[in-house]
Amino acid sequence: MALPTYASPLEKTWHYTYLVICGLIFLFLISPILIVIPLSFNAEPYFTFTSKMLALDPEGYSLRWYDKLVTFGMQAPEGERGAAFWSDFWQNAQWMQVTKNSIIIGFFSTILATALGTIAALGLTRPEMPYRKQIMAVLISPMIVPIIISATGMFFFYSWMKFPIPSFEGGFHFEWVRLAGSYFGIILAHAALGIPFVIITVTATLFGFDQSLVRASASLGANPRTTFFKVQMPLIMPGVISGGLFAFVTSFDEVVAVLFIADHDQQTIPRQMWNGIREQISPAILAVATILVVISIALLTTVELLRRRSERLRGMSPQ
Amino acid sequence: MTDATAQLTTADGRPLKAALAASMAVRRRRAFLLVAPLFLFILISFIIPIGQMLLQSVHNDTFSSAVPALSAWFDENPQGSEIDEAAYAALAADLKLMKAEKTAGSAGTRINYDVAGTRSLFTSTARKADKLEAPFKEAILAAEPKWDDPNLWRAMRSASNPYTIDFYLAALDMTRDETGAIVAVEEGQAIYKKLFWRTLSLSLEITALCLLLGFPIAHLLATLPMRKAMLLMILVLLPFWTSLLVRTTSWMVLLQSQGVLNDLLVGIGLIDDEGRIQMMYNQTGTIIAMTHILLPFTILPLYSVMKTIPPSYVRAARSLGATSWTAFRRVYLPQTLPGIGAGGLLVFILAMGYYITPALVGGADGQMISNMIAFHMQKSLNWSLAAALAAMLLAIVLIFFWIYDRLVGIDKMKLG
Amino acid sequence: MKKTMILTTALVATGFAASANEINVVSWGGAYTVSQVEAYHKPFEQLTGIKVVSIDADNPATPLKAQVEAGNVSIDLADVELSDAIRLCDEGLLEPIDPAILPPAPDGTPATEDFVDGALQDCAVANIVWGTVIAYDTTKFPENPPSTLADFFDLEKYPGKRGLLKAAKRSMEMALVADGVAPGEVYDVLGTPEGVDRALAKLDTIKDSVVWWDAGAQPPQLLADGEVVMTNGYNGRFFNAMIAEGKPFDIIWDGQYLDYDLWVIPKGAPNLEGAMEFLKFSTDTQRLADQAKYISYGPARKSSAPLVGMYQDGKTEMGPHMPTNPENMKNVIATDPIFWADHDVELSERFNAWLAS
Repeated sequence: MALPTYASPLEKTWHYTYLVICGLIFLFLISPILIVIPLSFNAEPYFTFTSKMLALDPEGYSLRWYDKLVTFGMQAPEGERGAAFWSDFWQNAQWMQVTKNSIIIGFFSTILATALGTIAALGLTRPEMPYRKQIMAVLISPMIVPIIISATGMFFFYSWMKFPIPSFEGGFHFEWVRLAGSYFGIILAHAALGIPFVIITVTATLFGFDQSLVRASASLGANPRTTFFKVQMPLIMPGVISGGLFAFVTSFDEVVAVLFIADHDQQTIPRQMWNGIREQISPAILAVATILVVISIALLTTVELLRRRSERLRGMSPQ
Repeated sequence: MTDATAQLTTADGRPLKAALAASMAVRRRRAFLLVAPLFLFILISFIIPIGQMLLQSVHNDTFSSAVPALSAWFDENPQGSEIDEAAYAALAADLKLMKAEKTAGSAGTRINYDVAGTRSLFTSTARKADKLEAPFKEAILAAEPKWDDPNLWRAMRSASNPYTIDFYLAALDMTRDETGAIVAVEEGQAIYKKLFWRTLSLSLEITALCLLLGFPIAHLLATLPMRKAMLLMILVLLPFWTSLLVRTTSWMVLLQSQGVLNDLLVGIGLIDDEGRIQMMYNQTGTIIAMTHILLPFTILPLYSVMKTIPPSYVRAARSLGATSWTAFRRVYLPQTLPGIGAGGLLVFILAMGYYITPALVGGADGQMISNMIAFHMQKSLNWSLAAALAAMLLAIVLIFFWIYDRLVGIDKMKLG
Repeated sequence: MKKTMILTTALVATGFAASANEINVVSWGGAYTVSQVEAYHKPFEQLTGIKVVSIDADNPATPLKAQVEAGNVSIDLADVELSDAIRLCDEGLLEPIDPAILPPAPDGTPATEDFVDGALQDCAVANIVWGTVIAYDTTKFPENPPSTLADFFDLEKYPGKRGLLKAAKRSMEMALVADGVAPGEVYDVLGTPEGVDRALAKLDTIKDSVVWWDAGAQPPQLLADGEVVMTNGYNGRFFNAMIAEGKPFDIIWDGQYLDYDLWVIPKGAPNLEGAMEFLKFSTDTQRLADQAKYISYGPARKSSAPLVGMYQDGKTEMGPHMPTNPENMKNVIATDPIFWADHDVELSERFNAWLAS
């Protein structure tokens, strides 16, 4: 990007203007994400920088909104911070409950999406796969179809469909439970929404996969099983993990399907945020936002490291 | 030698062609079996639910199931028949039934979708239904003179069949007149066509903004040395990985009239305290927030295309005497077209279906068609209309998805 | 995969088993729900051991209707407005409630006589009387503050954004009264097409300055954030912001809109028995009076009125803040539930078309 030595003054001016424009766009990209971090430490219930904050006066900052996150919904929020307090927190604090739900739902839907998606990607990338494009289009569709349409469809169908769960009360039998309003229903919904991301990342890794390695492995006497686990698997693993992370983030961030098919028992972090934002964005919401930003930084780092590892393993890295 | 093209055979004597075909079939089946579980899963958890929902846009039996007597009368008397005493007797019988079964409200609601202002006719007349006596025409008209409306009878005839295209008409701001001919609704009542246009134009504006802002960034990233580019890339990817709700919240904090941006403008004296700019709860808010949210979706495809353009082309053009502008316009830009197509189309498709962001920052005039679908799903509970609107939105989105597939190819879609 | 399924089903099973001894109560959120939790839910849980799960909705009538119609009911009890209670009952979506099961007043007066007029319906029992009022930010109008409904529509004298509930109900009546219609004749006028046009024309005069809200907790927040200078909203929410949070707001008690909130039980409620128990408990004389300790809504029983005293801070007399206080009843618009039960769908449609144009 260095300017050639023969550049005219006009070109030089343009070049620096261009860099400034890029800087402004980067500012536009990143400032909304970073702005919530200092504001979440506001000592006052405002969403803007107070004069004390601008003067970097420690009094302008506090952890009160984080404290509020901890105590909100607890039975004895004023209690001493001992074992009883934290057990109360674990069982009753609203944000703790929704965090548990988000993790449970995110975890199971990710497993489901990643397992099914990876197996399907193995089939999809075989050259002999019939109707590949059409099937791919169907499998990607949850990402393309507007979420409001997916969620309303699920609302009716999941309200109607029941699934059996084993019950031991009064002799062994199956109890029929509705999908809507159950963890299982939301896990299914989120798995469906996360699958396109798994398919896209894993097929991308597999298309880059050198098929001669499989033949080499077979010619050296390995059976298909061994070949898969010893040769293919380690090479596509980074793709699978980043696909899984995408699926997890999709579930972790999803609110519309939860709005339509979840009960109060299955409220998630974004669902709770949605409530908070609509009714009153107290800086407590900004504290949640800050925590989520830190999580996304961690996830992003993981994915980047994985991607580089994958490229290195496949000898594609330009470095 | 008629046997010149003697068949090649395998070791066990089978024709090679057949053996190959058989082995190919086995491999095809294996590939398909790997995909089958996921395909079934998506079918059951996703495709069928949407299909079932869309069915409601042409099927609504809330009225037809409540009026057995009227349905019978409509079957016997074709359109245009005189609304005689027998018709009113059937109506009276059905109103009594509605009162007993408590279906007047929902049956009336169904007719009200077609002829505005008629739901109350059903509920109020059904409340008095037990007192209705022959001759029924007189009795009913005495209770509510509005029953004498031919358009109302036309609507009841049409709704007595559970299958209907009326909800699509409504979704296109159309209705039927008393003869059953399709006409546009009155000026003040038309909303959906306008809303579809607004959704399309907002999505276009957002796409254009994304391309405009994304192009220089992608270009910078593609031409910088790898190490620097990777660092800057994080600034693009971080928003991509950050929760949609977090980003929307941030924009609310920034754009509020007492928010950071207005405070900043007041602070540097650009506007005074009275003149704070309304940047939220209107279209501006929707456009700013959605552009920010969708920007990475244009930068990433643009970047991956620009990466593959050798810088020597532009240099060659310059050395052949082209100005830098000409070199950019005639040599560089055409090569980035696949990236512009991929990024632009993807953003356009995603923007059309947005719901959360417009709902939170859009106010009244920043709402999109998704918000109207949500409104009919959750508030007015006119599910058939919601389904019809959803079907139309889905059709538009799928058309663009198809174009995307033709131009870019769905298997070329990349994330990060 | 198998493990996943087993774990999941175990999760579902525990969630399912837990619901046997709890009831899901849907209400309007914010300060109002807090008052119910303090006055009803907590003592009820202590007394019966039945857990009360409190769920917020913008208007509980809509999720209730959606649930019953989709055949997937998880709500046991909902707090709805009078016209919605009548409408839902008309549509057969509610369990009938026999007023004879309700406890009598402490002096033995049967419930049917103790409740104020209209508070007992076929499928509903009222708990409070509440008002929709206009509140404004006193710091914005230090001199000559607004005092009438007409001032709300006067952008020249009182410049600034307005907050309004995004619904036909209340907005249209307010507009008509501000336009000079006598409160007693509002529904006669609104029943005619010209009346509807007149209400929308009046709303048109401020349309560009309106920030629309959905949830009852939003208007005090909009005022506090400075997003609007004046807004309509529920009187108890403003009371809470003014007294409990010390916000510089004041209420215009001109042309307030009086309504009931009633408990209803949807058809197919998973815990019908528990819901009935809760309904009986929460509408007895003492409980209704207790609620007024936490929010300025009037109890629906006559026998509760003398028991209403101070706000929970121990120094604010509740009387002057009650919507039923004679001082506050100027130009009061009493809701016509039958009118809205019959016309809500039609007028909402008109209102939305107007909103989108």
